[in-house]
Amino acid sequence: MAERQAQGRPEAAALPPAIELRGISKAFGPVQANGDISVRVARGTIHGIVGENGAGKSTLMSILYGFYRADAGEILIGGRPTPIPDSQSAIRAGIGMVFQHFKLVPNFTVLENVVLGAEEGALLRPSLARARRELTRLAEDYELDVDPDALVEDLSVGHQQRVEILKALYRQADILILDEPTGVLTPAEADHLFRILKGLKAQGKTIVLITHKLREIMEITDEVSVMRRGEMVATVRTEATSPEALAELMVGRKVLLRVDKAPAAPGRTVLEIEDLRVRDGHGVERLKGVSLTLRAGEILGIAGVAGNGQSELLELLGGIAQGTGRVRLNGTELDLSGRGCNGRARRAAGIAHVPEDRQHLGMILDFAAWENVAFGYQDAPEYRAGRFFMDNDALRAECEGKMARFDVRPPLPALAGKNFSGGNQQKLIVAREIERNPDLLLIGQPTRGVDIGAIEFIHKQIVALRDAGKAILLVSVELDEIMSLSDRIAVMFDGRIMGLRDPARTDERELGLMMAGMDGTRGAA
Amino acid sequence: MERMPAWADALLVPLISLAVAFAISSGVILAIGENPWEALKIMVTGALGSSYGWGYTLYYATNFIFTGLAVAVAFHASLFNIGGEGQATLGGLGVALACLFVPWPHWSLALIGAAAMGAAFGAAWAAVPAWLQARRGSHIVITTIMFNFIAASLLNYVLVNVLRPTGSMDPATARFPGATSLPGIGDMLTAVGIPFAKTTPANVTLFIALGACFLVWALIWRTRLGYEIRAFGKSEKAAVYAGISPVRITMLAMLISGALAGLMAINNVMGEAERLVLNSVEGAGFIGIAVALMGRSHPFGVLLAALLFGFLYQGGAELALWTSIPRELITVIQALVILFTGALDNMVRQPVEALFLRARKGAK
Ligand SMILES: Nc1ncnc2c1ncn2[C@@H]1O[C@H](COP(=O)(O)OP(=O)(O)OP(=O)(O)O)[C@@H](O)[C@H]1O
Ligand SMILES: [Mg+2]
Repeated sequence: MAERQAQGRPEAAALPPAIELRGISKAFGPVQANGDISVRVARGTIHGIVGENGAGKSTLMSILYGFYRADAGEILIGGRPTPIPDSQSAIRAGIGMVFQHFKLVPNFTVLENVVLGAEEGALLRPSLARARRELTRLAEDYELDVDPDALVEDLSVGHQQRVEILKALYRQADILILDEPTGVLTPAEADHLFRILKGLKAQGKTIVLITHKLREIMEITDEVSVMRRGEMVATVRTEATSPEALAELMVGRKVLLRVDKAPAAPGRTVLEIEDLRVRDGHGVERLKGVSLTLRAGEILGIAGVAGNGQSELLELLGGIAQGTGRVRLNGTELDLSGRGCNGRARRAAGIAHVPEDRQHLGMILDFAAWENVAFGYQDAPEYRAGRFFMDNDALRAECEGKMARFDVRPPLPALAGKNFSGGNQQKLIVAREIERNPDLLLIGQPTRGVDIGAIEFIHKQIVALRDAGKAILLVSVELDEIMSLSDRIAVMFDGRIMGLRDPARTDERELGLMMAGMDGTRGAA
Repeated sequence: MERMPAWADALLVPLISLAVAFAISSGVILAIGENPWEALKIMVTGALGSSYGWGYTLYYATNFIFTGLAVAVAFHASLFNIGGEGQATLGGLGVALACLFVPWPHWSLALIGAAAMGAAFGAAWAAVPAWLQARRGSHIVITTIMFNFIAASLLNYVLVNVLRPTGSMDPATARFPGATSLPGIGDMLTAVGIPFAKTTPANVTLFIALGACFLVWALIWRTRLGYEIRAFGKSEKAAVYAGISPVRITMLAMLISGALAGLMAINNVMGEAERLVLNSVEGAGFIGIAVALMGRSHPFGVLLAALLFGFLYQGGAELALWTSIPRELITVIQALVILFTGALDNMVRQPVEALFLRARKGAK
């Protein structure tokens, strides 16, 4: 185990590290999620943790937060051995955690969420008043402003995340752990988050940041630890490393950080969309007349800030939502509002769909991996035994094959979907959809929360599908991903297409302007 | 969070819950000046100590298997069917019509016909709440409860005004013809040389109940419909993504659930009473909820839980017969069992789970 422990800031060097883990191990049945992990995090620094999907990052932090108990090893906080059997102990030790999936009560106000579980005395009022004062102070100190009286369900994802941070700070956290905090944020929100984190660091707080985005590691961390397959392979000073070096440490080989693809050879028109409109449950129009065409052998990337209608577009095409307008697939009209508007009919027509929200749409978390292989294709003849029965043996075999071909880890078909790390869940879903060999692939946020090795792999699969003459509609909030994968880019803003661009003749600045609703002027495709 | 082994989850937790329920019941029995140990002995000998006791225990268990399975199937689709009582009541009506108005040549044919009618009537009674839930979003818990009351009133009307033999004072149908009389367990076992009391109500329906357990297991874990039911039960949103129609699954799951509850009538109406009387279901529909909860919605768990409740019913009846413990107290004991195995499940589960995790850590 090559551990190069660097020192933190000079004045912190004499102090004991804020966190020290010694020999932490944790197994889930046959899966060794953490093996003999030791690491120190200096006080008042931002410490990054990177590693492939399933490397054990979340598990390690869950142990630190008392969510799991380690099989072996020791935790020292501020130099003192501190057993952390549960989250209460973690909070008492000054540790706060912001999970990737927030743990807020949607129909409570911000204030109530912050106080929840930290109420003092039998009456709520004094606690709320105190919290209100505290929130005002925190908002001033750290740019953490949110309306204390807003309902959490009305807040954007970025603001909800701030509430999570506020919750931790309200409980006097000195150490803040953030697990993939930017996965769900827009670039602007991510920038804001980083300003907050820098402010916290300036106040002497210690921050542990898990992320897959090496750019973020380079930008904000002081030190970075790399995990691979349950082990800590290195801890280095950020200044002394580079994204390429980190990627190689993570994956154990050289990784291509950009997409390698030949120019597109578009063929016949596969998808024609005219004047699509969708209203949400409140009657608000979310798609306001979208028209697009997509040809075989082409990747059309939809760029845009989350919430500008991309999700509605995917859901309408995927048969999940209803709307009006006209959609023709291979010349045949699709039903957009009648009984034929459902996922089953769309799959039969040749559309596969990797949904943006893989945990709540793309799979059943409680189903075993092999059961999820059939999800959406439960009618497929090769998964059936006779008219009524499922062929469970065929499914298990198919799952093993997919796990091998897509390098899903751990390759255990019987493991429940929820027990795979996010990136491996995504690989399972992508494998399921791409291997149906669809005429049209709808793919939303294909690499959200996915490690760089797997990003490279998933991108390759998408390009291979394109080269096989299929049409691909890609939605992503990652401009990098849109720019490097797409053959054409459509920018969406406020339910409309702002314009089409050729990726070779545009840049992030122009796309950024269009995403903000301003007309781009150059390089129309 | 981490979990304890499956066997502990499925067996240990219910057993401990049961022990706690019995412990509290003992306290209550002590408080009214009776001896709890004696009471337990009477219950065990009364329910399990003779083939006569077994006959009653199995008869009750058969009822609870059907209603328990009914609740379990709906649970898998995340639907809380509280209407087992009403569906079984209507099942009884279907069975009675089949037995009274069709001249069956042999009991086996009568059984098939009556079972089909019972299931169809039970399913039809579940269909309306199901449709209201699927199409109108009216909550199934509320509508199935309302349908229990409607079923009771409907039966009342039919028995008093339509099916009551002229001149009878009793709100009940005429006795079913002899050809529809089902062989009792006693007759069947004695025929193959095993001595068994002949006067008990346990009858051939028990085997149909066991078959139903197996079929429900196969339905839930082996068929495409079962797959869709479970997927829908876990996440409606995801099910829609997968092209599973919520309307179709809600309807089918409730129809199967209602049919199972309706099937109960071949046991109590055709097998035991041999005529349809008021309130023939006697709360078995509600016991089914406890049975499904305790059996973790698994058909084999339902089977075991149904046997337990069969034991409690028969043992309780014996208790009322031989001691001064009032009947109401027996209901209290049954309620405690329901409370601890169903509603307060987590109260027992969490400490047991913690104990397990600690023991496991210690062992390493
Ligand atoms: N509750 C569980 N039961 C069984 N296996 C689990 C459980 N939780 C995690 N694992 C396994 O432990 C390993 C580490 O998972 P972990 O979530 O820590 O990875 P990660 O580094 O956070 O990955 P990602 O970047 O995808 O979030 C994975 O192989 C995962 O499948
Ligand atoms: Mg993780």
